Amino acid sequence: MVSEYSQVSGPGLFVFETNQLLDKLELLILGSEKNGGLQASMDEVFRIMHTIKGSAAMMAFQNISLVAHSVEDVFYFLRENRQTTVDDSKLTDLVLSVVDFIKGEIAKLETGKSLTGDASGLTNAIQAFLAEIKTLDPVLAGLPLKSDYEVMRQSFIEACRIEGEEGQTICEAVVFFDDDCGMENLRALTVLSELGTYAQKLEYAPGDIVENDATADLIRYEGFRIWFTTTASMTALHDFFAQVMFLKEYSLMAIDHSDASKPRIPRCIDLDGPLVTASESAGQPADATGDSEQSLAAKQSFISVNVAKMDTLMDLVGELVIAEAMVTQNPELQDLNLDKFFKAARQLRKITGELQDVVMSIRMVPLAATFHKMTRIVRDMARNLDKQVELEIVGEQTEVDKNIIENIADPLMHLIRNAVDHGIEPVDVRAAKGKPLTGKVRLEAKNSGGDVWIIVQDDGGGLNREKILQKARERGLLDQDDSGLTDKQVYAFILKPGFSTKECVTEYSGRGVGMDVVAKNIAAIGGAISVDSAEGVGTTMSIRIPLTLAIIDGMTVKVGDSVYTVPTIAIKESFRLREQNLITDPDNREMIMIRGQCYPVLRLHERFKIKTAVADLYEGIMLMVELEGKSACLLVDALLGQQQVVVKALPGYIKKMQGIAGCTLLGDGSVSLILDVDGLIQT
Amino acid sequence: MSELDQNQLEAEEDTQKGKFLTFALGSEVYGIEIKYVTEIIGMQTITEVPDLPEYVKGIINLRGKIIPVLDVRLRFKKTAREYNDRTCIIVVDIKEVAVGLIVDTVAEVLNIPEQDIVLPPQVSNHDYQRYISAIGKVGQDVKLILDCNKLLNDEEAERLEIVR
Repeated sequence: MVSEYSQVSGPGLFVFETNQLLDKLELLILGSEKNGGLQASMDEVFRIMHTIKGSAAMMAFQNISLVAHSVEDVFYFLRENRQTTVDDSKLTDLVLSVVDFIKGEIAKLETGKSLTGDASGLTNAIQAFLAEIKTLDPVLAGLPLKSDYEVMRQSFIEACRIEGEEGQTICEAVVFFDDDCGMENLRALTVLSELGTYAQKLEYAPGDIVENDATADLIRYEGFRIWFTTTASMTALHDFFAQVMFLKEYSLMAIDHSDASKPRIPRCIDLDGPLVTASESAGQPADATGDSEQSLAAKQSFISVNVAKMDTLMDLVGELVIAEAMVTQNPELQDLNLDKFFKAARQLRKITGELQDVVMSIRMVPLAATFHKMTRIVRDMARNLDKQVELEIVGEQTEVDKNIIENIADPLMHLIRNAVDHGIEPVDVRAAKGKPLTGKVRLEAKNSGGDVWIIVQDDGGGLNREKILQKARERGLLDQDDSGLTDKQVYAFILKPGFSTKECVTEYSGRGVGMDVVAKNIAAIGGAISVDSAEGVGTTMSIRIPLTLAIIDGMTVKVGDSVYTVPTIAIKESFRLREQNLITDPDNREMIMIRGQCYPVLRLHERFKIKTAVADLYEGIMLMVELEGKSACLLVDALLGQQQVVVKALPGYIKKMQGIAGCTLLGDGSVSLILDVDGLIQT
Repeated sequence: MSELDQNQLEAEEDTQKGKFLTFALGSEVYGIEIKYVTEIIGMQTITEVPDLPEYVKGIINLRGKIIPVLDVRLRFKKTAREYNDRTCIIVVDIKEVAVGLIVDTVAEVLNIPEQDIVLPPQVSNHDYQRYISAIGKVGQDVKLILDCNKLLNDEEAERLEIVR
């Protein structure tokens, strides 16, 4: 039993963590590309690459670790020299290709293959890029790299001069370690802590040796510089440095106060640089907070849980609720005066109720992660196809069941690809048509009538009715008479296997295997897809996912002995009928006139053939439901209450019927059928 | 250890073989192969589902799992009978489909050796004859052994579906 629930394994965890980091990185890069520049997210990118490098090295995945290291180098450099102007798009491309490389390797790892990917080309490209930006850098090109140290040195000396006490000397030491000792930053840290016994004030460069392993390289080549004030004699200091572990060479000198005063004027000029940096870096966090608010949703921390465990938990809670009802509403307790017991029972009911709510909500996942993956696809495709495309995401917080998320990602990707490849026209065509040059793909999710809708909309060329008809004729999908087909019927042909109106096959689409697979996949989770288009204006693909397993707000109503659940979202109002509102037409159809509008009456007990005492329209409650502009008034016996329910599918043995969307468990353990308002209105 | 498990498994399979859960509908006694039976539960509140054949009484909640229940009496076109304390639901699992069968009473688990099982007579005017896969002889009594697959997969309902 225990082993069944524990599933930690080395590579598994590595794969999981790294994938999460990569996803985050991708989002970050794409996000910053949109907001103009990588500056704000530089630290985050650096940190992620650093983590990946570390864990890959630990798992001995040399190629991943190496390539991550090279990226880390680039970002380290950029972070240290913020004013450097970089070719953002080139950098973005590089990082994204690294992300792809690592993802590919990890995919191999997941399927149990060995890692064979050769990253040397990629690493070389990145190193070349780094060399390039180093030479491009206007500040660095003019000044030797050491200028940083000079500046630090001056400011340190200056600070010491102001605060310094009599009898203290200011010293500067540069320490080099053995070439192959490794972990120079940690060695430097050891030196610092030991030097603490001699020195009063201490400053050193590079500064972030503890957090930043990349400083090891810097120390290796440039040495580790320390400035300190001390009262100790020079001999004692020389003795100290001589016994440092792995020491290759060192230099130590005392700095004269007057020495520092000399370059005062040039230093003022020097200071301009750092001053700008300081104000910039002060400004950046402020910008970054704005960004981070946006990406807050993505930054929430998550753990992943085996879905089977969730299902078990949910069933157990269901049973707990039933058991609770059986105890607290036990008939044997009736007529007993048990104040304390009922108080405790109320507390128990409250807690089980909350527990049930939480468990129900756990399975729900926002679509955000799936949607954001599409950003990358749109970007890459737009670049390769030389189009300008913007992806607009709406309603990404819409929550759907975990299972649905997993099954919706692939179809969605196909649709997005189609929209960019087939839909959006090249820039020159758009210009000729007088459309905005940048094409727009809109990805929207929303809850409607208890269903979840996912809509992919583009403002591209739209579908050509004649072309589709012609193709359909070629494939023999049409009867002779096709003039009577509505646009929707015609467009539905593109969902048929082997149907592509695009003449040439591209890297992304055009083989005509896409849309029928999409339709099939969506049908597999019980959804439906519809196509709508206007030539020259754009195409809209709407996916309707049924509420299977989704949580909905439901109103429970009583009809005879049965309890039904009506999705609250479909209910407009409930009322008791007054005589003057009822109209009966010659065919004996009943209608209700409310506020000048006429609504048909649907007696649920008749529709479902249930025996009930409340057959009189005036006795029961009328429930006005509306969906997509169509309305009806349902006659029910009584309203019982409103609650969140988890929609379960009806057992497969019972064939799907119109008017019933599924079923749900009520608090007392009984089963209630959920009405499908859409289906009810149509019949 | 694993050998022991294996032995136990085999033993279990052996003990299941030739065993039948018998239940009564009126005066007739039927048997179901025990390997199909998951559990026997008392009568539950059944939620009616509209537009279903009469013998499908509705659905019940079996520990969070929604399963349909059939009234075997109605399935065999016998007259309906009021449910009482002795009415039971036998939960069977046939090809991964869980279904509850409402029966008058559950009798016992019987061991019917292979040589006592014979094919049903070919001539019969009973409507439910096609649901019987064999007849088991136990002493002087006769037990009708049900073909569970046919009980569920209902050609009749499918035919109705087409007509509709």
